[in-house]
Amino acid sequence: MTPEELDRTREREQAADANFEHHVHVCVGTACEALGSEAIAKNIESELKAAGRDGKIKVRCVGCPGLCALGPLVEVEAKDKPADEPATLYQYVKPEDAKEIAASIGGAPATRLQADTRQPFFTRQTKIVLENCGRIDPERIEDYIAADGFQALEKALFEMEPQEVIDEISKSGLRGRGGAGFPTGLKWATVAKSNSPAVSRVPDDILARKFVICNGDEGDPGAFMDRSTMEGDPFRIIEGMLLAGYAVGAGKGYVYVRAEYPLAVKRLRSAIRQAQRGGMLGANIMGSGFNFDIDVRLGAGAFVCGEETSLIASIEGGRGTPRPRPPFPAESGLWGCPTLINNVETMANIAPIIRRGAAWFAGIGTEKSKGTKVFALTGQVNNTGLIEVPMGISLREIVFDIGGGLPEGRSFKAVQTGGPSGGCIPAQYLDMKVDYESLAQVGSIMGSGGMIVMDDQTDMVEIARFFMEFCMEESCGKCVPCRVGTAQMHGLLTRISEGKATQAHLDTLTELCDMVRRTSLCGLGQSAPNPVLSTLRYFKSEYESKLVKDGQHER
Amino acid sequence: MSAKTLTINGKPVSAREDETILDAARDAGVVMPTLCHLDGLTDIGACRMCLVEVTGINKLLPACTTRVAEGMEVRTDTEQLRKYRRMTVELLFAERNHVCAGCVANNHCELQDVGIAVGMDHVRYDYLFPKHDVDLTHTQFGMDQNRCILCQRCVRVCDEIEGAHTWDVLGRGVKARVITDLNQPWGESLSCTSCGKCVMACPTGAIFKLGSTVEESVKDRSKLAFLKNARDKKQWVM
Repeated sequence: MTPEELDRTREREQAADANFEHHVHVCVGTACEALGSEAIAKNIESELKAAGRDGKIKVRCVGCPGLCALGPLVEVEAKDKPADEPATLYQYVKPEDAKEIAASIGGAPATRLQADTRQPFFTRQTKIVLENCGRIDPERIEDYIAADGFQALEKALFEMEPQEVIDEISKSGLRGRGGAGFPTGLKWATVAKSNSPAVSRVPDDILARKFVICNGDEGDPGAFMDRSTMEGDPFRIIEGMLLAGYAVGAGKGYVYVRAEYPLAVKRLRSAIRQAQRGGMLGANIMGSGFNFDIDVRLGAGAFVCGEETSLIASIEGGRGTPRPRPPFPAESGLWGCPTLINNVETMANIAPIIRRGAAWFAGIGTEKSKGTKVFALTGQVNNTGLIEVPMGISLREIVFDIGGGLPEGRSFKAVQTGGPSGGCIPAQYLDMKVDYESLAQVGSIMGSGGMIVMDDQTDMVEIARFFMEFCMEESCGKCVPCRVGTAQMHGLLTRISEGKATQAHLDTLTELCDMVRRTSLCGLGQSAPNPVLSTLRYFKSEYESKLVKDGQHER
Repeated sequence: MSAKTLTINGKPVSAREDETILDAARDAGVVMPTLCHLDGLTDIGACRMCLVEVTGINKLLPACTTRVAEGMEVRTDTEQLRKYRRMTVELLFAERNHVCAGCVANNHCELQDVGIAVGMDHVRYDYLFPKHDVDLTHTQFGMDQNRCILCQRCVRVCDEIEGAHTWDVLGRGVKARVITDLNQPWGESLSCTSCGKCVMACPTGAIFKLGSTVEESVKDRSKLAFLKNARDKKQWVM
């Protein structure tokens, strides 16, 4: 597709959309689809066809609009609706409700099914990564193009040098959304400057000597941000990877997705195929002379493969175990070549930054954490779902305004961020700003974006034990501290839980936490003690109340 | 090739630029316990015994995989490191059923030596007592999973020096164990050449020669480094 063809496609699609008086969006993300949303879309379409209104009303299957708790969700939007007016949203829709919804279009809304769109959940969010989620059909490249898709790519290929793209990302202040928050621009610059080795282990059929990897091996319990992004807007990830490839001089990209995300894999594969057919991937992209292609690689069900060196070993066809760094992948990664690894959400931020400029992005968020963050809000909270908020928002706003507070009047105890590598943040920090530094200060991490709300009935020792069990089972077994240390810590936590531990056991646990954190080979082991350390820091009395007092101990 | 100067425990040391901290330390006579390292094999930094502190770097680095650098200040013997090493060895002893008195490697076992070197007097962790089998199907060798510390020296020696890749690792975490071929009994392995290099490489009594007494099971590990060196330098004349 040349730039002119891209423009024509966009204009044609936008004009076609303008012909419809109403747009119906039916969520077909994993959660809503599991509740039969594809049948809902089909039923509404056939109802409209029967009524002869299908020429004026467009039904579209879209990605996750966010409020999974109320799914399946159907949105009806009138063409002449004022911009500040929310569209009509229907909740808990069943396939048999299609007739009622179809009949109501253009008239009074079906109040029985209507959701409240004026609640803070909808009004307090800022959408960059998810701007197309819930708006476009993730299986049609034309939909993405109509939503200004591939404009950033066109701009980069024809108006910018690779170094200018890197500078733009650096200026935007974007930091890695995989958890650690490493400055993205700096990582890109390092890969761009690294020389490919004269002799490498790259298989003969692959011509590239520099690689871009998109890490979609989202494995934290309770996290589904990257899944929703891949399912709802896969083309955005492709465009981000293309821009990254152009900036660092890579010729090949891999999206590494866990096999437990079949829908994301299907949509990504379909998106890559459409992009290849449209000439947005492959040789001489848009006639610019830039060559880049993308393949999907599936994870075989190992949490540790989210760690970059394990992920690389897995793509190479080996056992997914980490290796010591340095050398970092930026210098020596896939098959010994310089490799850029970014998380799905980081890649999803690239195209908007190039399209709208670094200054626009840097204007959102706090001084050191720019832009927005997507969170998967789960646990004891009314509005479970996918949210995107500007950095610097308070935890209280997330949990009580957007999340709608805790159900059945229960009181708030803690919020867990960062999954098994993160920590539990107690109520006294509810007014803390959510950014990389603040979260680290209170003993947790930003992590990839899982946020689990816990109520007053939650047993914190049990939470620590749950996460330790997860780490124990996901440890690859390569290094001793993580392999045996997590098993010992799990044993000690179980002992405490069952009321069979003494103060000496708690001391041993604390000592092991420090040792495993300091001596493990990769991030999995180094962060495995975090849930224990943070609950010990804020809820130590819960541990102590379970201990056997001196002299009462029986074996 | 240029040389680098660094200090190890305050003592000035020189090393070639492609050497690791472990190489430099050994040249300088600094003793550091290791388990997964074996001269002649690729290092993997798995046992964490050779972790060192380097001034200016927040993390502990494995000496076996970290290259020397000019002006590097390395410490190998701080109180903290000694404590971590002792804990690591204790974890290993608690992991499987290491009973020295009944082991063919008694008195020439690297795990035992390291335990003595780090001053381990008892194990403070719960013994996990996993149920493990002994594979005696091979005509010359045996494999006792109870003694294995998962250092992967057998895996690497078989792959890198013998070129057979009979050994590999199955499963993960504490359930991980080394296997032959596709988890078949060793005696049925089609790739095994019965060269015995894994017996030579094994630091404990996990892989042993059948019918040998304890005194006969002393291993000469310099043979492996000799083979690797000779191959690297193309000293073989066919």
